[in-house]
Amino acid sequence: MGWWLPPAASTFAGPIDMLFLVILIITGIALVLVEVGLVVFIVKYRARPGRKAFYTHGSTRAEIIWTAIPAVTMVALGLVSNHYWVKMKDKDSVPADAYRVGVMGKQFEWQMTYSGTDGKLGTDDDFTVRNQLHITVNQPVAVELTAEDVIHSFFVPEFRVKQDAVPGMHIIAWFQATKTGEYEIGCAELCGMGHYKMRARVFVHTPEEFTAWMAQQAAGGAE
Amino acid sequence: MTSVAHAKPDAHGGGGHHAAMSFWQKYIFSTDHKIIGIQFLFVSLFFLLLGGLLAMQIRWQVGFPGKPMPGGGILPESMVSGGVILPEYYIQLVTMHGTFMVFFAIMPLLVGVYANFLIPLKLGAHDMAFPRINMWSFWLALLAGLIMLAGFFVPEGTSRAGWTMYAPLSARPDLSGATVGQMLWCVSIVVLGLSSVMGSVNYITTIINHRAPGMTWFRMPLSVWALFVTAILAVLALPVLQGAAIMLLFDQTIGTHFFDPVAGGQALLWQHLFWFFGHPEVYILILPAMGMVSDIISNGSRKPIFGYHSMVFAIVGIAFLGWIVWGHHMFMSGMNPTLGSTFMVSTLLIAVPSAIKVFNWMGTMWRGNLRLHVPMLNAIAFVSMFTIGGLSGIFMAATPVDIPIHDTYFIVAHLHYVLFGGSLFALFAAIPFWYPKMFGRMMDERLGKIHFWLTFVTYNLVFFPMHMIGMGGQMRRLYDPTIYDFLKPQQPLNEFITISAFALFAVQLIFAFNFLWSLKKGKVAPQNPWEDNGLEWSLPNPAPHGNWAPHTPNVYRGPYEFSAPESGDADFLPQTKKLPTDRDPVPAIPPAGH
Amino acid sequence: MKGRIFSVVGGMFLLTVCSKGDNSQVQAAPPAADTPPPATATAGSAAGGTITGKIKFTGTAPRNPAIDMSEEAACKAKYTTTPTEENVVAGPANALSNVFVYVSAGVPAGQTFTVPTTPVVLDQSGCRYHPHVFGVMVGQPVEIRNSDPVLHNIKAVAKKNRPFNVSQPSAGMKTTRTFTAPEVTVNLQCNVHGWMHAWVGVRPDPFFAVSGADGSFSITGLPPGTYTIEAWHEKFGTQTATVTIAGTETKTANLTFAAR
Repeated sequence: MGWWLPPAASTFAGPIDMLFLVILIITGIALVLVEVGLVVFIVKYRARPGRKAFYTHGSTRAEIIWTAIPAVTMVALGLVSNHYWVKMKDKDSVPADAYRVGVMGKQFEWQMTYSGTDGKLGTDDDFTVRNQLHITVNQPVAVELTAEDVIHSFFVPEFRVKQDAVPGMHIIAWFQATKTGEYEIGCAELCGMGHYKMRARVFVHTPEEFTAWMAQQAAGGAE
Repeated sequence: MTSVAHAKPDAHGGGGHHAAMSFWQKYIFSTDHKIIGIQFLFVSLFFLLLGGLLAMQIRWQVGFPGKPMPGGGILPESMVSGGVILPEYYIQLVTMHGTFMVFFAIMPLLVGVYANFLIPLKLGAHDMAFPRINMWSFWLALLAGLIMLAGFFVPEGTSRAGWTMYAPLSARPDLSGATVGQMLWCVSIVVLGLSSVMGSVNYITTIINHRAPGMTWFRMPLSVWALFVTAILAVLALPVLQGAAIMLLFDQTIGTHFFDPVAGGQALLWQHLFWFFGHPEVYILILPAMGMVSDIISNGSRKPIFGYHSMVFAIVGIAFLGWIVWGHHMFMSGMNPTLGSTFMVSTLLIAVPSAIKVFNWMGTMWRGNLRLHVPMLNAIAFVSMFTIGGLSGIFMAATPVDIPIHDTYFIVAHLHYVLFGGSLFALFAAIPFWYPKMFGRMMDERLGKIHFWLTFVTYNLVFFPMHMIGMGGQMRRLYDPTIYDFLKPQQPLNEFITISAFALFAVQLIFAFNFLWSLKKGKVAPQNPWEDNGLEWSLPNPAPHGNWAPHTPNVYRGPYEFSAPESGDADFLPQTKKLPTDRDPVPAIPPAGH
Repeated sequence: MKGRIFSVVGGMFLLTVCSKGDNSQVQAAPPAADTPPPATATAGSAAGGTITGKIKFTGTAPRNPAIDMSEEAACKAKYTTTPTEENVVAGPANALSNVFVYVSAGVPAGQTFTVPTTPVVLDQSGCRYHPHVFGVMVGQPVEIRNSDPVLHNIKAVAKKNRPFNVSQPSAGMKTTRTFTAPEVTVNLQCNVHGWMHAWVGVRPDPFFAVSGADGSFSITGLPPGTYTIEAWHEKFGTQTATVTIAGTETKTANLTFAAR
């Protein structure tokens, strides 16, 4: 089993995994300082006959240092994080040429709606498939998330993509897959007794495979 | 020698009741803050045990999905089938585990017990400002707990939308499957909120008005500061939850659609209301723990708290910032991403006062003369584990990193490190520390040390691997992770966690035994067994009804004067001890009506 | 002499032609691994009258969509050809099966009937309900079984009966439910497998049947009287007919739906 984040398969994974590592290093240093410090203090300063504790009420200088360093670190972390956050979640960041697919969550399945031959969602030639998201590799995809009944959440771990699907809301989640293959979609918001079974799959195709699949669907679906 | 001001005996002196009290008045319908605190203690420890039993069932199912649970046969067909936990029962389990632990175990253990027990004692007061309201606060909390418990015995069982109760799932019985049980959750929360607000009003008033002469604000122990700020949080936050719960109840019963878009409602409204309460709530669940740990670490180190004023400002800072971070629970919710940016900033900033506190606790231990008694061991573990919990929070505060880890076991690891590693270890410190004051006996030190070490080890074996499981992508509240191919490789780790959890639960029986056995068979406690400075230790054990009444003690110094030069051979200097160089404080003007 | 032979042979001929056949068997759509027992409750007196008939439709039946079970491998493995939904199950010469036929009027008010204690078995196999349409008496147990190693939930959408929603996460699980009020029909559905539907006709008396592959149905044990029978189909709506029974004879009532 892996002890790390799942293998990366989208353009978002680079920045997210990098940020994760940076935070791990920063918090790791802080953790070692605290835990080792505690152990050292327990051993070094345990009560012994004839010893007396050092009577002090504190140090303003120490307070300033250990306030300023965390504060500056947190501000820096926030600035870097926000740069990527806007790129991933802001509505204006969705690439104009992103391939649009409708994904609707309902108890207990995902329904994917494809735009058919006219390339536009919401027209008569749209068709809906249960639990299968077919997309092309290295192309931005914009998932138009809706929910029929309760809140669900569209989650593809390898893509580092997660977005709640909320009834009454129409939310865009965009990403770009970098590796062909099959990946799993899970529901990441408790939605009832079948929550654990809301598994679907993403099929990342080469452009030729995707065209072939679309043609097969137009001809009447899986046979 | 303790010097007490010779205040005029008044009608309320001696606790107010010179006539002999019946058993019922003394121990059941008591208005004595100490008895009320002890009542909360027994009831809350029961709910803590219940919460643990629910957790064991959850872990059984996650570790061994689809296998019949030992003892499962005694549960009804609506919950198990051939001993196998059913999905609809599983989501009741996760909902009720969270609900009971947050509202009926940790919150009343920290606040209901210790705010009630410690505040008048540590301030030199005879009782709370409003003793009868205080009594009602306990009975309402008990009633709320029983209403919540009743959910297991109604058709379709308890509520099942998670302790966070997201709408529309929670608002629509036809979608969740829960009917009466869902309504009971809402009613119970409204009643509990009432109990909380009543208690908080008492704590705030008593702290402002009933401090003994010489007990200035900056001579109050940090436990009292923390409880004061917590009470303010509670009085402002609980009513928001009560309002939201009533709206949810109306959606379920009388046809409103506050939270259901079916007729103009908004699903996200519930989340904003819930988390506007919910975030201050988690600070309610940690601040009293931090306060008591400060008292105990200073005592164990035989040193003043390092940076007392900074510690006070950090408590206030955490509480203040706690009001403006709620959206960090909603980064993936679909709310405007710009709000994600603002909440990220406030959330990252709230790490700073928490860091200040950790460094100050370390500073207290630095160059101390450490007495590693059971309370001190647990208090140091608090610092150690809370640090892990707080640091893991930074991952989720950084919004892009929250994308893969939101609603996974990474979050479950974080919340258990702060609530168990934090609050519960603090309780394992506080309970033996003030046990002699409550019951006149000591808990067994050796059993306490065995319990501490075994708990510390098994606890980390349970919850640390959950960080990895969450990074691997395992979502929360999943009945069967093996449905997903990408989660199958982690299943051995889930099994390991489950077995460690069974061990962790079993170890708590040592604490339960120690607690109960020591009530009658514990070593009789000396008056000040921990050689502590607090006012409460100037009273006999157990503390008598009315505390110092008809007198009121004088306070001559701050709470943490350990190893002060004036302490002479002893390494502690009680707040009430008058030295030749001390002058009597100006007697306080008695509050109106006393 | 010729006359006597004729009347004996003729009588035997009439007896053979007019004898009651046993075509009350409910047809399951595709064969299931575990064949359920007949779902028609014939608890009435065997010595009553019979209404029998064939159900057809006019026009072109819509195509039943194929079911893609790729996301549920354990169910897909049970099929050699692609399964389809069972919205319209047509037989030879536009025979219509899965029509729930019942006596909607004519049974004397207040008359009670023995409720069978043997349950009607509803099996989930290959991610489909077997049978797709069935009838049950008020108070008669329905035993729902899961023969698939995957989660099915059984959600009962009912107006006159108390709705329920229970899960069966693994094979071998059984749940029993009863209906307390007459209702035509209660929809049973699985939310994990959205194509799974079953329809239950709940009646206070045993006078109902479900049409078979050849469109035929038979309601037996009817006391003398004038009856209205109603035929219900999940896509084509309802049709009615009136039949009068005088004794123990068999009356025929054929019903025709218009495809839509």
